[in-house]
Amino acid sequence: MNLTLKIWRQKDSKSKGRFETYKLNDISPDCSFLEMLDILNESLVDKVEHPVCFDSDCREGICGMCGLYINGRPHGPDSAVTTCQLHMRKFSDGQTIVIEPWRAKPFPIIRDLVVDRSAFDKIIQEGGYVSVTTGGVPDGNAIAIPKRNADEAMDSASCIGCGACVAACKNASAMLFVSAKVTQLALLPQGQPEAATRVQKMVAKMDELGFGNCTNTYACEAECPKEIKRSNIAKMNREFLAAKVVSQE
Amino acid sequence: MNKLDSKIPSGPLSQKWSNYKAEQKLVNPANKRKLDVIVVGTGLAGASAAASLGALGFNVKIFCISDSPRRAHSIAAQGGVNAAKNYQKDGDSVGRLFYDTIKGGDYRAREANVYRLAEVSNNIIDQCVAQGVPFARDYAGMLDNRSFGGAQVSRTFYAKGQTGQQLLLGAYSALSKEIKAGSVSFYERREMVDLVLKDGKARGVITRNLANGELERYSAHAVIIATGGYGNVYFLSTNAMECNGSAAVQCYRKGAYFANPCYVQIHPTCIPVKGEYQSKLTLMSESLRNDGRIWVPKKIEDSQAIREGRLKPTEIAEEDRDYYLERRYPAFGNLVPRDIASRAAKERCDAGYGVGSGNAVYLDFKSAIERLGRDKVEARYGNLFQMYEKIVDENPYETPMMIYPAVHYTMGGLWVDYELQTTIPGLFAAGEANFSDHGANRLGASALMQGLADGYFVLPYTIQNYLSDQIHTPRLDVNTEEFDNVEKEVREKMEKILSIQGSKTVDTLQRELGHIMWEYVGMGRNKEGLEKALPMIKELEKEFWSNVRVTGDLSTMNPELSKALRLSDHIELAKLMAMDAIQREESCGGHFRVEYQTPEHEAKRDDDGFMFVSAWQYNGQGQEPTMHKEELKYEFTKVQQRNYK
Repeated sequence: MNLTLKIWRQKDSKSKGRFETYKLNDISPDCSFLEMLDILNESLVDKVEHPVCFDSDCREGICGMCGLYINGRPHGPDSAVTTCQLHMRKFSDGQTIVIEPWRAKPFPIIRDLVVDRSAFDKIIQEGGYVSVTTGGVPDGNAIAIPKRNADEAMDSASCIGCGACVAACKNASAMLFVSAKVTQLALLPQGQPEAATRVQKMVAKMDELGFGNCTNTYACEAECPKEIKRSNIAKMNREFLAAKVVSQE
Repeated sequence: MNKLDSKIPSGPLSQKWSNYKAEQKLVNPANKRKLDVIVVGTGLAGASAAASLGALGFNVKIFCISDSPRRAHSIAAQGGVNAAKNYQKDGDSVGRLFYDTIKGGDYRAREANVYRLAEVSNNIIDQCVAQGVPFARDYAGMLDNRSFGGAQVSRTFYAKGQTGQQLLLGAYSALSKEIKAGSVSFYERREMVDLVLKDGKARGVITRNLANGELERYSAHAVIIATGGYGNVYFLSTNAMECNGSAAVQCYRKGAYFANPCYVQIHPTCIPVKGEYQSKLTLMSESLRNDGRIWVPKKIEDSQAIREGRLKPTEIAEEDRDYYLERRYPAFGNLVPRDIASRAAKERCDAGYGVGSGNAVYLDFKSAIERLGRDKVEARYGNLFQMYEKIVDENPYETPMMIYPAVHYTMGGLWVDYELQTTIPGLFAAGEANFSDHGANRLGASALMQGLADGYFVLPYTIQNYLSDQIHTPRLDVNTEEFDNVEKEVREKMEKILSIQGSKTVDTLQRELGHIMWEYVGMGRNKEGLEKALPMIKELEKEFWSNVRVTGDLSTMNPELSKALRLSDHIELAKLMAMDAIQREESCGGHFRVEYQTPEHEAKRDDDGFMFVSAWQYNGQGQEPTMHKEELKYEFTKVQQRNYK
């Protein structure tokens, strides 16, 4: 395949960025999207140019490190995949592909296509856990957990923290990300003692870090590579209201 | 003093760990606050160690190569985590998990370490459940189990096909709690580039901030290396792009012995290589072997027809299929340990029965779908099937998967004693970065177990035995000669790399190194090939230092420079791996020397000559390293030839 790439280049967070155009020929359709960028980078090094910086790690769709905005869609045109699992067979020969970083105020650009997503970690640090320390816990089978709850908690827990939900949202809302963690722990007995404070602290942190509000367009759900459902957001809203009522009592 | 004192506690096997804990020295709470611990790596071992030590009251600094601890490659482990809970009442016990692990490791692991691992395995499950890890449950709400290679009981706990992810997120949550509490300081996008010693003890690290290129200095009273394995020496492996063996090599160059470098696990079920552009290989979980059946055509002409596209696998009649694992190993069938399954696949492909490009065998779910129904198969393996379809563009519900072995895990690593301390005082190694528990072959679902055992339940005890003697050691100022000298060396090395401006990219050279390693230090090794490999690696080393091209500079984000630094260390490792494979004139576990096999083509150990851990000591640039031996004594296990028939 022959391709024209328009890629966002930006030296660092302070510099002004711009699109650069690159031609790339003879790409195999079986090549993954990031392997295609590897090939581009090899050719740039050959020309003594600085390769395009992009985040990537596991390349099997689970670490959440990669994330590119491709032709206007987070993780590109395929459904339920991360950028690393997107393959070139999803594009056509001669196509122009526009590649941008996640665009959201709480995710500042570090270089080229690399953004700083530490805001997500900061939200988790506010309460995205059960406050147990190592040792001194009961037997794993001491509390029966209904299979349905365990399965639903697992679905919410499959979030990979890539940030596509934020990038997809016109408000840069992190509701899907935050609600997935809140829901996972709210569905399990282990999460109950801290349920009320957890949701309040995490939501407050999310607001403080500059993520926008949810206006129910659900672009997040449509673009989530792990198909995290919008019902998580509804569940979080209920948890949040319940917590508010409790704290007012 | 014998540097290889493994410090195995006295007493019967089942009492050693209790005895150790009863007798070890502890640090009182007031003193814990005065002691700093550096943890390098945020995977299962690193995150769990940092969280546990932070909660105990130590000041912990943890360094993460990517933007968040949740990216560490532990996250990609699919199948599960072993524990001897015996919830299924199928005859499991700590003793049996111990025995399976020792046998699976082909009698090349240390008894006392493995027993401790089996002992604490149950605590891991309890800890993770308490954290809210959503393990699979049955309809009664109890924890569910599946079986894995090398075991005849169901002891593997799992969370869909994403067990590693859920365990890592559990450890990440514990770590996040401590970061919030202020007991752990978190440093993102930092790569360790050297170790700093003072008076022979590990006292700090130099890191490179990958976001802006800056070199930074951090000091502590102890350093824990939890940076995973060195599978990426082969370029193509199931490891992530950022996985590398560099930190371990830095420690080796500073005096830590490197143990059993030749023990590399080749995983039998990976998606086969497709093209030269390929950047990594994707694993298909071993759990698939629970229900999937591995086969190649019985007739060589059928294989040829398939390779030429004239025949489809679904058109091959049942009686014309060779389920070679079931044929050769009726007792364990498709669930033989990984090394055996891998070699059997290579044997069939080398004999001309391979499908796909010739280097692939089938993993077929036809009979599972008939037996269980598509829904059940989908519930068990749905995400893996989806992953396969996205990569290969074929539907595994309709046509069998194609798989082939790929480099997956390294059993070798920094030599550690029972306390997980290396030969450098104050330097510890945990998880895949050490060598201790898997012998010559790791069983499936045991890596997660070991990483978490080391981090949650071993290091928080054993490190105190060392730190209790450091309470009078003041904090080390980073503006001292020790740090100046090491940082200067690192800077000079980077400047040298940037100044070469040759004609080959780092990836090109790393790929070449990978080809040498896969060809000669891969699944089947022989003396002739290994002796050919060594000069080739040395030649490549020369080429690296004279012909590599790295663009960019020192003071910005520069991934090419990071890769070049890692490659320079991978070359060192490659030499060690080849040398270790040459000296080990036997076959055991993942180390298969073609010259040493039984008439049935199984690995043939030489217990009289090689029942030892090889531990390599660095003697300086251009000097041959010295090999030391830690003899393995099996006091409690009857050593025999592995038999899975």
